Amino acid sequence: MKVLVVDDEEDVQPLFLQRFRKEVRNGEIEFTFARSGEEALNYLEEKYSEVVLILSDINMPGMSGIELLSHIREVFDTPPPPVVMMITAYGDDENHRQAMEKGANDFLTKPLDFNLLKEKLKHITG
Amino acid sequence: MDFFCFLAAFLLLLRLRREIRFSQLSIKWGRMLLFGSFAIVGLYFFFHEFFDDDISNIVAGFLLVGLITYLRKEPDFKAFDILLFAHYPLAIVAIFNGFTELAFSKFYAENDDYFQIAQLVAFGWIFARLSTSKKQREEIKRVNERRSELEALVAERTVELTQQKNELQETIKELQATQAQLIQQEKLASLGELTAGIAHEIQNPLNFVNNFSEVSMELIDEMQEELTKGDTEEVLAIASDIKQNLEKIRHHGKRADGIVKGMLQHSRASSNVKEPTNINTIADEYFRLAYHGLRAKDKSFNAELIANLDAELPMANIVSQDVGRVLLNMFTNAFYAVHERKKTAGPEFKPVVEVSTRQVASAIEVRIKDNGTGIPDSIKDKIMQPFFTTKPAGEGTGLGLSLSYDIIVKAHKGTININSAEGQGTEFVITLPLK
Repeated sequence: MKVLVVDDEEDVQPLFLQRFRKEVRNGEIEFTFARSGEEALNYLEEKYSEVVLILSDINMPGMSGIELLSHIREVFDTPPPPVVMMITAYGDDENHRQAMEKGANDFLTKPLDFNLLKEKLKHITG
Repeated sequence: MDFFCFLAAFLLLLRLRREIRFSQLSIKWGRMLLFGSFAIVGLYFFFHEFFDDDISNIVAGFLLVGLITYLRKEPDFKAFDILLFAHYPLAIVAIFNGFTELAFSKFYAENDDYFQIAQLVAFGWIFARLSTSKKQREEIKRVNERRSELEALVAERTVELTQQKNELQETIKELQATQAQLIQQEKLASLGELTAGIAHEIQNPLNFVNNFSEVSMELIDEMQEELTKGDTEEVLAIASDIKQNLEKIRHHGKRADGIVKGMLQHSRASSNVKEPTNINTIADEYFRLAYHGLRAKDKSFNAELIANLDAELPMANIVSQDVGRVLLNMFTNAFYAVHERKKTAGPEFKPVVEVSTRQVASAIEVRIKDNGTGIPDSIKDKIMQPFFTTKPAGEGTGLGLSLSYDIIVKAHKGTININSAEGQGTEFVITLPLK
């Protein structure tokens, strides 16, 4: 399963790789990282069909996670649509409402509960 | 003829006593004048009885001269000067007559009518001058009254003016206190703008600290498993991961630490101590804080942040918290301007705020550029004035740029230049001399 993680924080990358160490090693999950919404869209242009899940931060400079989400829903609407989960540090109702309105599949708050995320991933693959 | 001289002296003292009867002078002079008049009567009888008329006349003349000379020297009798002066002719005539009678008794006896008439005229002169003297005294009295009236008026005005001066000084003090409060308020307001940004900026590194330490614990469990299995290669790989994680924990811990320190420094009263500072560090820090602060207040806000910081930038000798405050203010303004423009511009408008640093000759140049609403020409002259703001009431104190001007131009001998076009954007160019 190919997962695209969008976050402007660089250290998110080793964190995900280590948290999903076993899954990566077993070849269950393959991670790709983007540092901004723009970078994520560029990646999706090429590899859209491969990506099963997109995990995106909301609060990023430039294109925000919400904007990225609406782009994904507008541009990449050929089925099956990728699962999009939004992540934010604030976890407020307004962002949650907007994310859901724009078609997010789920909403996660920072600090990320990786065990919960693993559960959710099992759900998707299962 | 000695009688007239004594009489004149006697009457003079009585008159003076009467004139000063109801004044302060009466206490000082009243008794003396009374005794004086008695003494003159005594002297008259003494000289008239035991000396010839000529001697007695000379004595009376000198007595009168002495008396009026003495009285004219007293400032208390200044008002009676004309009256006193009017006695000189009589005294002089009396002395002249006395000596003439003594030396040329025959000549005197032949012409005694003229001599006596002269003395009588001189005596009469005193009374003629009396009314003039009275008028003069009345005039002096009137002038004195007017003067005391004026003095009272002046005193009154002086009290009023002193009171007004004190009130004004009080007002100035209050204004100064208010100004100090406003400056403090401005600092707190900018701190308030920062709070949400700071929360975000601290939360992120803390998340990393927590996550990396958790994942490291898991890695150690795995490592123990691998050790029992004897897979040395995997153990070494895990160890290197753990080491990397600990490095990350330290890095993010320091990041949070720096932010807290910066926040404390921002809220503290300025130390005014210039220290070698890396302007890139504070520019970068406040750039992000300002952005996240605004983001937290308004979720719809977004902008592209571009930082072109010259890595070769030398250290500048500055009061870092003050210059930080200036940069924060400029960033906040820039973000505000792009946000305002986005409200009216179409969805194709991409808000961009850019900060760049570089060395220019012997100065450091910081440019803060935005593609926001721009500054209309009509207010360009006013934006540095205290309390000038275009923000809605309650949103800006109007002190931001005014304080920035004080900090950069007055305290650091730098410059602030503004390039702006309405509807296109604004660029603030700050230069700080390296010295």
